[in-house]
Amino acid sequence: MGNFIGKSVKRREDARFLKGAGKYTDDIKLPKMAHAAFVRSPYAHAKILSVKTEEAEKADGVVAVFTAKDGCGEFGVPCGWQVDFKNGETMREPKHPLLAKDKIKHLGEAVAIVIAETLEQARDAVELVEVDYEELPSVTDPKKAMEEGAPLVHDEWENNAAFDWCIGNDRAEVEAALEKAHHVTEMEYRNQRLAPNAMEPRSYIADYDVNGDKWTLYTSTQNPHLIRLLLCAFALGIPEHKVRVVSRDVGGGFGSKIYHYTEEALLTWASKEIGRPIKWTSDRSEAFLTDAHGRDHVVKSKMGFDKDGKIVAHLTDEYCGMGAYLSTFAPAVPTYLHGTLFQGVYTTPLIHLNVTAPFTHTVPVDAYRGAGRPEATYLLERIISKGAQEMGMDPAEIRFKNFIPPFDGVEEEGYQTQVALQYDSGNYEKALKRGLEMLGYEDFRKEQEKARKKGKLLGVGISTYIEGCGIAPSAVVGALGARAGLYEVGQVRVQPTGKVSVFTGAHSHGQGHETVFAQFVADKLGIPMDDVEIEHGDTEQVAFGMGTYGSRSLAVGGSAIIKSIDKILEKGAKIAAHKLEAAEEDLEYLDGKWTVKGTDKSISFGDVSLTAYVPHDYPEGLEPGLDFSSFYDPSNFTYPFGTHIAVVEVDADTGAVELQRFIAVDDVGNVMNPMIVDGQIQGGVAQGVGQALLEEVVYDEGGQMITGSYMDYAMPRADDLPMIETDRTTTPCPHNPLGVKGAGEAGAIGSTPAVVNAVVDALAHLGVTDIQMPLKPQTVWRAMQN
Amino acid sequence: MIPAKFDYIKASSVNEAVNLLDEHGFDAKILSGGHSLIPAMKLRLNRPEILIDISGISGLNTIEETGSEVIIGANCTHTQIVNSEVIYKNVNILKQAAETVGDVQVRNRGTIGGSLAHADPSADYPAVVLACEAKIEVEGKKGKRTIDAKDFFVGIFTTALEDDELITAVRFPKVAHGNYQKFYQSASRFAVVGVAVVHDGSGVKVGVTGVADTPYRATAVEKAYKNNNDSDAAEHAVDGVEVMEDHFADAEYRTHLAKVMVKRALEA
Repeated sequence: MGNFIGKSVKRREDARFLKGAGKYTDDIKLPKMAHAAFVRSPYAHAKILSVKTEEAEKADGVVAVFTAKDGCGEFGVPCGWQVDFKNGETMREPKHPLLAKDKIKHLGEAVAIVIAETLEQARDAVELVEVDYEELPSVTDPKKAMEEGAPLVHDEWENNAAFDWCIGNDRAEVEAALEKAHHVTEMEYRNQRLAPNAMEPRSYIADYDVNGDKWTLYTSTQNPHLIRLLLCAFALGIPEHKVRVVSRDVGGGFGSKIYHYTEEALLTWASKEIGRPIKWTSDRSEAFLTDAHGRDHVVKSKMGFDKDGKIVAHLTDEYCGMGAYLSTFAPAVPTYLHGTLFQGVYTTPLIHLNVTAPFTHTVPVDAYRGAGRPEATYLLERIISKGAQEMGMDPAEIRFKNFIPPFDGVEEEGYQTQVALQYDSGNYEKALKRGLEMLGYEDFRKEQEKARKKGKLLGVGISTYIEGCGIAPSAVVGALGARAGLYEVGQVRVQPTGKVSVFTGAHSHGQGHETVFAQFVADKLGIPMDDVEIEHGDTEQVAFGMGTYGSRSLAVGGSAIIKSIDKILEKGAKIAAHKLEAAEEDLEYLDGKWTVKGTDKSISFGDVSLTAYVPHDYPEGLEPGLDFSSFYDPSNFTYPFGTHIAVVEVDADTGAVELQRFIAVDDVGNVMNPMIVDGQIQGGVAQGVGQALLEEVVYDEGGQMITGSYMDYAMPRADDLPMIETDRTTTPCPHNPLGVKGAGEAGAIGSTPAVVNAVVDALAHLGVTDIQMPLKPQTVWRAMQN
Repeated sequence: MIPAKFDYIKASSVNEAVNLLDEHGFDAKILSGGHSLIPAMKLRLNRPEILIDISGISGLNTIEETGSEVIIGANCTHTQIVNSEVIYKNVNILKQAAETVGDVQVRNRGTIGGSLAHADPSADYPAVVLACEAKIEVEGKKGKRTIDAKDFFVGIFTTALEDDELITAVRFPKVAHGNYQKFYQSASRFAVVGVAVVHDGSGVKVGVTGVADTPYRATAVEKAYKNNNDSDAAEHAVDGVEVMEDHFADAEYRTHLAKVMVKRALEA
C-alpha cells in the first residue's frame, strides 16, 4: 500500500463545488447564444390534428419555431441494446422522433421547439403555439398494457409487447420442483416507478460553427463519447470527427444522464439551421415528465423450500414497462442487468425468470441507480424473508442455510450461477455475521419482544445482496444484444517535467474521480498527488470512452489507466537503464525512482521524463516521449455484495415508519478511498430508503402524472434518515489489477428490501406478510387493519 | 420555471398598498414572503399583472404584548414567531405550529399574514387561529376592520378578505395551555392533518386543518369533551365534515388520522 491508496483523501473537486465555482452546462454562455423552450403535450395519448406556429413566430425575440414538419422530422434517437422475442421475432423498435408528428405517445412529449433571444421570450412564445389534440385512451401500467384490448402505444403492432425474454433453467423443470417443494412462498407486487431527480437538471448547448462545418455539444451527460457516437451515427447522420461533445461538471445522473435524449439531437440540428448556439435547460417540471424513469416492474413470484429451509426452486414472471419508446439501455435493464442476478447469494438449484416488456403511454423507463439489480435484490431478499416468516424460521438463519460458500476466485473457482454469469469472488456469510454483530441481533430480538408487550412496534430487516458491476466484457454483452463494446480507455501522458495528465473515458458526475484516480496514479508512479491531473468529459481531449454507469469507473476505467501506467514504467525503465548504465532487470522502481538493486545509483521519475522528451543521451531505437493510451476490456463483471440491516419503529396509531438504525456492511473489493466509498454507500442507501418509504411516480387513469413536483413526489430528506452505520469486508476482485469491484450502486441495491423486511417484521405478529412500496403511512396502517 | 410578465411595486405604507389594490383589482396580488405565490407564478398557474410588495412596510413585522393579547404584524416571518419570547410565553401553541412550517429557508421568508391570506387548506396556522379565536386585522379602501378567525376562512384558497383588503396583524388572546399536533405529508410537509387544541377554563377549543377544503372548529369534539372530559371526544373529529382525499391519505385514513391527532392534542 502506498501513500494514498486506501486513505480518505479529501475530494479535490469539492473546493470548487463548495465555492459555487463548478462549471455546469447551464453556466456556459456563448456569444450569440439563443434559448430554447418546448411545446409539450398535456396528454398521454392523443392525435395531433394541427399545430399552428404563426403567432409564436411573430412574437418578440423569436428566432425560429420548428415542428416535425421541418427537416428535423425525419430524425430519431436510437436504442443501444437489442433483446429479441423468445420466438426469434426481432425486438420491436419504434422510431423515437425528435418531435411528435401525428401522434402523442406520452405526457410531456415535445411537439415544437421555440427558439428565442431570451429564455423568457421563448417561454412566452411557447404559449402562442396552438396545438389541436384529440385525446385518446391511454395505458400506463405495464401489466394492463398487455391485456386484451389495451390501447396500443404503436399502431403498427398487434399488441404492446416490445419483446419478451427468459433466463435460467427450463420452466417445466422449475415448475415440477415447486410442485414437490415442502413449502412455496408466493409474492405479487409492483416495484414502483421512480423519477431519478438529479440535482442538476438536464442541460444542453449545441453550437454549430460554419467555420469548418463543426458542431460542439455541451451536455450534462454521463458518457460524452457514447452520446457523440449515437448522435452522429444514428440520430442525425453527421460526421463524428466534426462533432465535439463536452460534459464538464455534472450535478448527478443516477442513470438518467446516460441516455441520448431527443433534445440533444434536436438542438444540434437546429443550431445549424439558425447558425447560432442554442441552450436548453430542463426545469424541474419537465424533468419529471421527460427524464427516463426507473423500475416499473409488476412481479409475480414463487420460491420453493425444502423442510430445512433450503431453496429448491424459484419461478418469476414480470411485466416490465418500457414507456412509449425504447431508451438507450432500456431493454437491457429488466433482462441482462436483472435476470442474471436471480441467483442472489444462494445455492438455488433451479431458477426461471420470464419477462414481458410492454410499451406504455409514459416517458421511457431505463436504468436508474442499480438498474435491474435493485429489482432483483428486492425480489430475492423479500421472498426469502417471507419464506422464513411463513415457515417460522429466523431470517438470518435461512440465509446462512442457503449461502453460496466462500470462494476467492483464485484458489477456489468462481461460482457458476444458473442464470448465465460466473461470480468472481465472495464471502457472503462473513458480511452477514458482521452486520448481525454490529446490530446486536439477539439483544434486539429481546428488546423487540419487550417493546411489543407495551404496544410498541419494532422490527428488523435483513438484506444480503449481490450485484454485478464493472460492465462489461464486450464480447459477452455483444452476444447479449449490446450494440456497443463496454471497455474503457485510459491515457497517461507524462509531461517533460514529470507532471502527469491522465485522460479517462470514465465520467465523474459526483463520484470523485479527480481524487480517487489521482490517488492510485500517484501511488503507482510514486509521485505526489499534486503532480497528477485527471481529465475527462471532452471528446477532443480524451481519445475515447464509454462513460460512467453500472459502478464501472474504477474497475474498468481505473484498469485502463493501470495498463497505461505499466507501459509508462516499462518504457521508463529502458530510459533509466540507459542513463544508469545498468541492465533493465537489475533495476527496481520504488518511491518515484529507478534504483540499481543493491546500490545507491538511481534516477528519478522526473529525470527520466525529461530525458524522454529531450532524448539527447537516449537508448538506441527507442521512440521519444512518455505517453501511452490503453483500452481495457474486462474479462468478467465484478460482484460486490454485502449485508444491509434496517431497524424501524412503526407508529401503531398512524402507520408512520421511523427508520431508527441502518447498518451497511458492504464488500466492494479493495477500497481506494474509504471516505468516498462511505459517501457512495450512504447516498445509495438514502435513495434505496427513498424507494422503500417515500418515492413513487403515480399516473392517474387518464395518464396524467399526479406526482409531478416535490409537493407530491416525496424525496428522502436528511431527517428521514438515521446516521448510516457503515463497515466493510474485503474480498478483492481477482480479475482486475486494482482488485476493485465498484461501490456506486450498492447502497441503493441492498437497502430497499432491508427496510421493507423491517416493517413487515414489526407487524409480523399481526399476521402481516407483505406490504406494497412505498410504505406510506396509509399503506402500513391499512396493512395493520387487515 | 419562468413566470409570465408582471409589474412590481414596492409599497411603502399600508395605505399605498390598499390604493394599489383598489386601482388594479383582480390583476394585483400582494407579495409578502412569496413562498406560495412565487412558485405558483413560476409554474404559470398564477399570473398576476402586478405584484404589490408589502415586505418593506414598517410596523407590519412587530410582535407586541398587551394585557390580554399578543399582536403579531402580518409580515412577521415564521422564524420570528418561532424565536419570539413573547409568543413562547403567551401563545406557545403558535410557536409549536410555526416550527412545523416548511424548512428553515421557508420559515425565514414566509409570513403569518401571507399564509393566512393564501388559505391553503393544509396550512398549519388556520388550525391555531381557529382554536385560539384569534382576530385578523385587515385594512381596505373602506378602512380597517376585524375579522373573527371563524369567519375568515371561506373555502379552498378563499378568505373573507375583499379585493382591496390586506391583513395587517393577527391578535391572539393569551393561551395558557394549548397543543398543536401535525401529521406531515411526506413530500410537501404540509399537514395531512393538523390539530390545535386550546384549553380554557370551561373546556377545549379545537381547530382542524388539512382534513376539509376549509379549516374548521371541531365543535362536536368540543361538546363531547365538555360532557365527558375525556379524549374519546376525538371520535367526533370529522363530524359533519366532508373529508378530502389525495394519494397520501384517502378519506378513511384521513378520518382516522384526524381522530388520532385530536386525541393526541387533547392529551398533551
